[in-house]
Formats: sequence, C-alpha cells, structure tokens
Amino acid sequence: MSDLSLTHSGPIGAREESLRARALQARARPSPYGPDLDLTTFAQPVEHQRQRVEALRSLEQQVREAALLAGIDSEEVGRAASYFQVDYSAIYERIQRRYQGQLELMTTAEALKTYDWLRDYWWQAVAVDQDKYTAAVELAQTGGFFLRVFVGQRVKEAIQACLLVQENNISQNVHNVIIIEEGADAQLITGCTLHPRVETGLHIGVTEVFLKKGATLSETMIHNWAEGFHVRPRTGVIVEEGATFVSNYILLRPVRSVQAYPRVFLRGARARAQFNSIMVGLKESLIDMGTYVELTGQGTRADAISRAVARDRSTMYLRGELVGQHNESRGHLDCRGMLLSEHARMHAIPELLADLAPRSQLSHEAAVGPIAEETVEYLMTRGLPRDVAISTLVRGFMQIDLPGLPEILTKHIQRVLAATAEHSL
Amino acid sequence: MDTSDILQLDEVSIEVGGRPILHDVSLRIRPGETHVLFGPNGSGKSSLLMAIMGLSRYRVTKGRILFQGQDVTHLPVDERARLGIGLMQQRPPSVRGIPLGQLAEVSAQGKNGTRVAELADQLGCTGLLTRDVNVGFSGGEIKKAELLQLMAQQPALALVDEPDAGVDLDSIAVVGQALACLVKQPSAGAVAPAALIITHTGHILNYLRADVGHVLYGGTLVGEGEGLQLLEEIRKHGYGKCPICRSHIPVQ
Repeated sequence: MSDLSLTHSGPIGAREESLRARALQARARPSPYGPDLDLTTFAQPVEHQRQRVEALRSLEQQVREAALLAGIDSEEVGRAASYFQVDYSAIYERIQRRYQGQLELMTTAEALKTYDWLRDYWWQAVAVDQDKYTAAVELAQTGGFFLRVFVGQRVKEAIQACLLVQENNISQNVHNVIIIEEGADAQLITGCTLHPRVETGLHIGVTEVFLKKGATLSETMIHNWAEGFHVRPRTGVIVEEGATFVSNYILLRPVRSVQAYPRVFLRGARARAQFNSIMVGLKESLIDMGTYVELTGQGTRADAISRAVARDRSTMYLRGELVGQHNESRGHLDCRGMLLSEHARMHAIPELLADLAPRSQLSHEAAVGPIAEETVEYLMTRGLPRDVAISTLVRGFMQIDLPGLPEILTKHIQRVLAATAEHSL
Repeated sequence: MDTSDILQLDEVSIEVGGRPILHDVSLRIRPGETHVLFGPNGSGKSSLLMAIMGLSRYRVTKGRILFQGQDVTHLPVDERARLGIGLMQQRPPSVRGIPLGQLAEVSAQGKNGTRVAELADQLGCTGLLTRDVNVGFSGGEIKKAELLQLMAQQPALALVDEPDAGVDLDSIAVVGQALACLVKQPSAGAVAPAALIITHTGHILNYLRADVGHVLYGGTLVGEGEGLQLLEEIRKHGYGKCPICRSHIPVQ
C-alpha cells in the first residue's frame, strides 16, 4: 500500500479549525450560478443511523427500483464493489471477494479515522469556501464515500455508489473522496436518486477526485430527481501526468433545480479529460451545468460533448470553459441543444481562454435550435410518420458514445432515451 | 382519368415561400417508363419533384397530382412514401445520430427480400452503413446513400434529382447501373416501376434508356420527345432556340 501523504501537512487540529472558519465565513455566500437557495428551509441534519443491510437485494422494492433508475444494480451483477447511503447514513459497503486487495470503499468518516494523510486531500480539489453549499457540507456533513484503487490495479467491473434520499425536505450533504493511485484503472457509477415519496429537498455532493500518474477513472453519474428537488454537486478533479478522467453525466428526469460546474485541473503532462453529457429538461426544471478545465501540463487535452433537449417549461444553461495554460495543450467544447417547446429556454455559454499560452489550441462549436423541419420531412420521405420521425431524430440527437459503461447500463440508458424521445412530442 | 398511369399531373401550379415557381404543368408517366427532365438552372425542376413528393415548402396552388389513380395532392409526405413514391435528393440534409444502415432498413418498411447489406455491397458503400446519414459524406457518397435508401424502398415511382451531378466517372457508372436496375425490377407493389429523373449533363443516359424527355422552361413544360434526341437538340441549339421546345413556348 503506498504512502499518499502530501507535503503540506500541518497540525491536524489547526487545519480543521481553519477549514471551519473559512466555511463559517462562506455560509451565506451564494453561488454565482443557479437560483440561490435558503438552506434554513430544509430540515437540519440529526444523528440518526439507518439500519444497515446485509445485501442490497433486501432493500424494499421501491428503493431498489429508484436505485436502478440511477444505474445501481441491487443484485450487484457485474459490480466490483458497492456503497449505498440512505439520507445521512451509509447502510452498505461491500467489495466483491475477487476484488479484495485491489481497492478500498468506506465512508469518508471512517477513512478519516483510518488515514491521517487523508486530511492532506480534504478540500484540496474543491474550495471549502466556494459558496454556501460547500460551507454547508463542511459545517454539517452527512456522509459520503471514500474510494481508493491501489497502485497498478485494473478493476475490470464497475464500482457503484448510490446516494439516495428517502425523507422529504432534508438536506443531504455528502463529501466524497476518490483516489486512483498510480497506473490504476477503474469505472465508477454514481447514482443519485430519490425514494418515490420524496417531493422536495436538497442534495449537496462534494466530490474530490485525485488521479495519480497514469491512472484512469471513468465516472458515470446518473441523476434521478423529482420536480421539487434541488441539487448542488461540487466536484473538483486533479489529474496528474499521463492520467485520464472520463465523465459521463446523464439527467433524464425532472428536477426543480440542479446547478453544477465541475472544475478539472490537468496538471501533469499528457493528462486528459473527456466529458459526455446527456440532459433532458422536463416540466419546470432549471438545469445549469458546465465544465471548467484548466490545461496546465504539456500535451494536455480536454474534450467536452453535451447534448441537451429542452421540453415543457424548462430552462437550461450549458456552460463550458477551457483555460489553456500550456502552449502544447488542446481543448474542444461541443455543445448542442434542441428546443422542443415554445415555453422552454436554452442558453449556451462556451468560453475559451488562452492564458499566457498563445499556442494553446482551443475551440468550440455550440448550436441551439429546434429540430429542422427539413430533416423531419427527409425521414418522412422514407415512410416514417411525422411523430416517429421526430422521436427518431430526438433519440439520434442524444446518441453519443458513453465510454467505460457496462453493457447492462448502456442498455438501460438506451431504453430511457428511447422512452424520452417517444414522449418528446 | 386513366388509372393505369403511375403519375398524372393535371395543370399543376406550384409556389415556394409564397413565390410562384411553376404553372400549369401536365404530365403522365406510365408503368415501366423512364422520363427525364431537362431545363436551365432555376427553372423549377427540383421544385416539381419536391412538390410531387409533398414537401411542405412546395405548395400546390392549382391542379392536382394523381398517383396510380389516387389524388395525393394534399397527402402528407410519409403517406405518399408508403403508397410508393420515392425521392433521391440532390442535397439531402445531414442527420446526426442516425446511421445510414438504420435509415435504409426503415426505408425498406419491412419488405420481404430487401437486404440492405447486399444493396450496399452492390453500390460499394458498405462502409457508410454505420456512419450518420450524410454527415461528412462526399458528393459521390451522398448519391450512393440516397440510392441505397431508394433501392431499399422499391418505389413504384422514383423521383431522382441530378444523380450525375458532382460525382466522378466511376461513381456515375455505379449510380447509373443501380438506377437502371431499380427501374427494371418490379416494385414493392408489383407494378413495373417508373422514374422521373432530372439531369443537366445527360451522363446518366449512358446507363439507362429514357423513354420520354421533357423541357421545363419559363415556369412550365414546353417540350417533349425521346430522351436522347431531345438532349441532342438542346445541346445543339440551347434551351431558348431548341426547335422541339420553341414549338411549345407560348408567345409572350
């Protein structure tokens, strides 16, 4: 097992006090993006340990179905390890026997007790005082998982982590830390989901990811919320030399508001990042999603593809910012939105910054518009009725490669996309 | 009305975006016949094909369109396609997310015996089957992709817009032979298929025989004759002075 201590250690107590002080100062600080939320309207976290389970299949059916919609398989077929949290409590962690010794998966609370050096990573990829949401996680954390894949291990099956909210109107404030050690390779499915009886509430998810030299992480995050629910993920990813971060994000259900702008730092030479997002705005959803990447190392590369479909009275912001800080860096944003309703709004905001690196190659293509009538009629000339032509086009529009996904999950996503397309009329 | 006609246009007038383009066009195509349509740039040849297919930009303001005896003037595009009208466009749109093979299967509409893979092999475009329709295709690839869909569809009436424009000689040969094959094969409706083909250069006539040629000039059909003979006249005299056309051009 490697020593993961970083160099900036100081007395643990002093660092904790400093983080707390910064969080206290930021606890009223709104985010520059998305609607501001009054956090006092959500029930305050209380100590309440939910009953742990021996197997995910023993969970009630509604919970298993909600988890499945977020890509979490309660039978754990084709899964290397599982973490399951309900409201504030972890109720299950398991590493399949064949993967013992390749990885660790536990609550962050337990990990902090086990490893002093974890304090060196705590709030290093995300700023504790970024806004009131990060501050809330520091001041009133309610769970979160720690995943560590050991040096050189190639975990062939996906690791799954489910964060489920079961009580109405609570604020689930999780802090996750993921460390993929040198030369290791893993796929992670993070499913964020609700019990069907939950109508409102808030999920704040801080996730700090550290990819060591030559490591690879494919993360697929599936969000499955409800019309009255708010979501504020806060993600930071530090990518070292020759490491690769792949992120697939899927949102196909209504939400009251979700605002996220993950920050990825390609620090090492030849570090790479790839983002694929599929989002559907339904009902009154306000979706404000972006990707920020700093290309600092030599030969770094970032590609971000997003496909968004706005229906009903939804509002969608599609953001992206690439910051080239090395002359030998390249990045591209590909952002396309389709509007299927007179009452929907979509705002694409791609930004490129060559930051004292004039030979950094940054580009973007952004398009927002309806389905072209010409294309609908083209399909109709092949005998497709108008409604089938439209749903075929919507489905095709959302069809992007999602690398690193288990086949069963790919099929599930395809089924949901097909159903979404059929209802797109 | 002769119900044995595949297509009958009765004094059809067409406007595009509120602008009159064609007037009083009358035409009859019988089973098994191949017709070619000549005319200068901008004379409305493509508009006529689009209007017969029923695309919404091309509005029939007068007259009627009969397909196998049925009035289809106001039928939606997809219904016309299912009745047996097929269109090969000159500049079809690109369709992201839909592979050519999938659209060709859709075009076949479950017809027995249609093997998309075999047709693609015949056209030399197997490599395009998994690519999104027309996205990044060359001129020749677009022709082959359009033709593949048309062949899968097996229409009783093929409307073909400039199959020989913008393609190299090798591709013209492939396209020409495939079109010849298409009009010789029985259509899905067991009717000898017919075709209405637009050509500027006439290269396509090296591969199939045009029973009848028409000239579209000044917004209407002005001349009719055997295909190659008509092309020869146009080559010699131009559209304005071609004797076959002049006999039909109304005195201004």
